[in-house]
Amino acid sequence: MNWDALATYGPRMLQGLVVTLQLVVISITLGALLSIPVALARMSRSRILRAISFGYMYFFRGTPLLAQVFLVYYGAGQFRTQLEAIGLWWLFRDAFFCCVLTFTLNTGAYQAEILRGAIRAVPAGQREAAMSLGLRPRQIFRKIVMPQAILIALRPLGNEVILMVKGSSVAAIVTVFDLMGVTRLAYSRTFDFQVYLWAAVLYLVVVEIIRRVWDKLEHRLTRHMRSA
Amino acid sequence: MDLLRLLSFGPDGWGDELLQGTWLTIRLALATVPFGLALGFLVALAKRSPNRYLRAFGNAYTTVFRGLPELLTIFIVYFGGQIALQRIVGLFSGATVEVNGFIAGMVALGVVFSAYASEVFLGAFNNITRGQYEAAYALGLRPATTLRLVIIPQLVRLALPGLANLWLILLKDTSLVSVIALDDLLRKTGLAVRVTKEPFLFFGVACLIYLALSMISSIGIVAIERWANRGLRRAS
Repeated sequence: MNWDALATYGPRMLQGLVVTLQLVVISITLGALLSIPVALARMSRSRILRAISFGYMYFFRGTPLLAQVFLVYYGAGQFRTQLEAIGLWWLFRDAFFCCVLTFTLNTGAYQAEILRGAIRAVPAGQREAAMSLGLRPRQIFRKIVMPQAILIALRPLGNEVILMVKGSSVAAIVTVFDLMGVTRLAYSRTFDFQVYLWAAVLYLVVVEIIRRVWDKLEHRLTRHMRSA
Repeated sequence: MDLLRLLSFGPDGWGDELLQGTWLTIRLALATVPFGLALGFLVALAKRSPNRYLRAFGNAYTTVFRGLPELLTIFIVYFGGQIALQRIVGLFSGATVEVNGFIAGMVALGVVFSAYASEVFLGAFNNITRGQYEAAYALGLRPATTLRLVIIPQLVRLALPGLANLWLILLKDTSLVSVIALDDLLRKTGLAVRVTKEPFLFFGVACLIYLALSMISSIGIVAIERWANRGLRRAS
């Protein structure tokens, strides 16, 4: 163990971990909000809405996250005057916000696909029963279809959270000091390979905690579906 | 018109550079697959082994390489491999070694690929009923022959959808090797951006190239799946 390096960079790596978690929590939450209208548009009767949501999902699921980050972060610089005119330049100037924006769009596309699959997996009989009870379409969606769809989506959503934790490391390449960013900084100063191993342990711990918590959550939310 | 000239082939266009980068991306992805598949298959066998230690090793391997960010795995293999090789070479001579970026990228991506592939194989193994093994045993086939002639042909078919997915993920993950100075598509694009100051155009084009690669892959995957399912009778 290199205790000097640990004393210097250990606390900063923990700060980096906090930045990583901020990136993940904000992006996953905003992405979840985004995914609902996108999934609905994907299943809508309007051909235009379907085409737009399909194009959005295909693009963000088919291209590398790193390329998307570059496109937003460096690409925005080219539209500086326009962005300043509409007062959004402060957002695109900051690497952290650019990453949040890109990650949100990226995970929104993945979550929409998960949600779409889950909504379609809810048996049609549920919808028919609700209709025969005289519920309105909106009520059916909110009280019958969505709660069941979310239970089906729970496992893939947990995987998506873990993928986001791992994917968020690309923020380091556009100068965000998340866990990966601090680790690269520490390595460039100390040339001690250990720092990468510490980062690996931290990432593994985070992923394992999420997995455990998610299992507990799933166990609790599906308790009515288990026979005694 | 100016933008088109930037993308043209030739001395003042970047088309040929982007094409070179794309070619490296494809080569890297193609080189990773056999390595990742073989490793993943061995890890899957380890996880099914009667030996407790092998099982524990297989599970730990999967947990670690599915839990680590791919970017971190690439750095660890690249820098760690450099240090390890230097130590080994240092035993015999004072020469300095330089790890080849392509090999390092291939190993790192292959290790990640194998961790996911082992789970796909495991799932496929579990879908092959015991009757298949028993029937092979009754015919007097040896275990190795059973694996080769009875189990693997079915395994390929069952594992294919999962593996196809992993290929699409791998294709996108290759972009991460641009950080270890490997001239893949994304890095070549970055070079073009630095010279031309047209980030939106070039990164947009790079994204479209990645999209095209995955579209072409999807067509190939459909063909391969049709081939693998050729022996399967459809219940109509």
